Amino acid sequence: MSFINYASREINCKIVYYGPGLCGKTTNLQFVYQKTAPDAKGKMISLATETERTLFFDFLPLALGEIRGFKTRFHLYTVPGQVFYDASRKLILKGVDGVVFVADSQEERFDANIESLENLKVNLEEQGYELEKLPFVIQYNKQDLPNCTPIEELRELLNPGGVPEFTACAQTGEGVFETLKAVAKLILLELKKGGAGA
Amino acid sequence: MLGPQQSSFVMYDEEFQRISAVIDKLLRESNAKVIFLVDKNGQLIAGCGETEHLDTTSLASLTAGNIAATGGLAKLIGEKEFSILFHEGEKDNIHISIVAQRVILVVIFDHRSSLGLVRLRVKKASDELATIFEDLSEKATEMEKTGNVDSPFAEITDDDIDNLFS
Repeated sequence: MSFINYASREINCKIVYYGPGLCGKTTNLQFVYQKTAPDAKGKMISLATETERTLFFDFLPLALGEIRGFKTRFHLYTVPGQVFYDASRKLILKGVDGVVFVADSQEERFDANIESLENLKVNLEEQGYELEKLPFVIQYNKQDLPNCTPIEELRELLNPGGVPEFTACAQTGEGVFETLKAVAKLILLELKKGGAGA
Repeated sequence: MLGPQQSSFVMYDEEFQRISAVIDKLLRESNAKVIFLVDKNGQLIAGCGETEHLDTTSLASLTAGNIAATGGLAKLIGEKEFSILFHEGEKDNIHISIVAQRVILVVIFDHRSSLGLVRLRVKKASDELATIFEDLSEKATEMEKTGNVDSPFAEITDDDIDNLFS
């Protein structure tokens, strides 16, 4: 749910990066953080364990610029990907305006992707959202690795609806901004229609 | 107003002024350092006091995360929510409360105030804030009903959006 503030002439939107454990959600945010001008970003917050696994969420506020005199801000969140952190994942989806699903393209993570996508749908429904009605994009991450499932197969199972999709290597940054741009654009188009979110 | 069925949470000038007046008064009457108001999704609504050295965006997001996590805990033990959280530090303390089950009121204070005083003043301010958010909610419903949703984004073009990323 976007927040339009006429008093400060600002609009705030929330984007959540979802996906199985170790698929590269935090790495996506870290790359965005590194490559954004200092005046356009706030502090990146990571609530992580000692072994740098996300415990609750990562948070990165971005200011993109103005549209029609309104400052446009996006708040980027990641969820903890590990299966047993489901209670935390649900909380982070509250008030979401757009979702990025980061898939791990490696063959051995094929089932984990499907499980995580199902989990996303269930958790969204609990909050009263439908994934099909939300701005949603998919990123096939880790394309640099040798043991990737072919894109066609990934697409068939993860993206039957044909939402915007991107191949990526979040560590080098390939595809990271393309993914972010695409979801931000969908959110703004949704705002234009006057019915962001559910 | 803040349920998922609503597309956007809209803040208008008039209500913003009223909210600012209430939290300014609360700041004075409770001898607090900083006060801010956050929605449950982590968006900063308003703030006052010594905010210049504070990362209010991060504070807002973490506060909402904190409230969401304690809310989850509450549900697990059969409570609806924990409406007040208090964190005590060596110098500064944070008092967090939920106003009208919708927004989060955060008061940061030091030795110049006390927990008792903050609790007392917060209670009164919460009632006033609840009224304002009620009005805001009615306004939003009214706007939606009459179809008079004055979205500043209704007229944006693809070029406007592309320019953001140039």
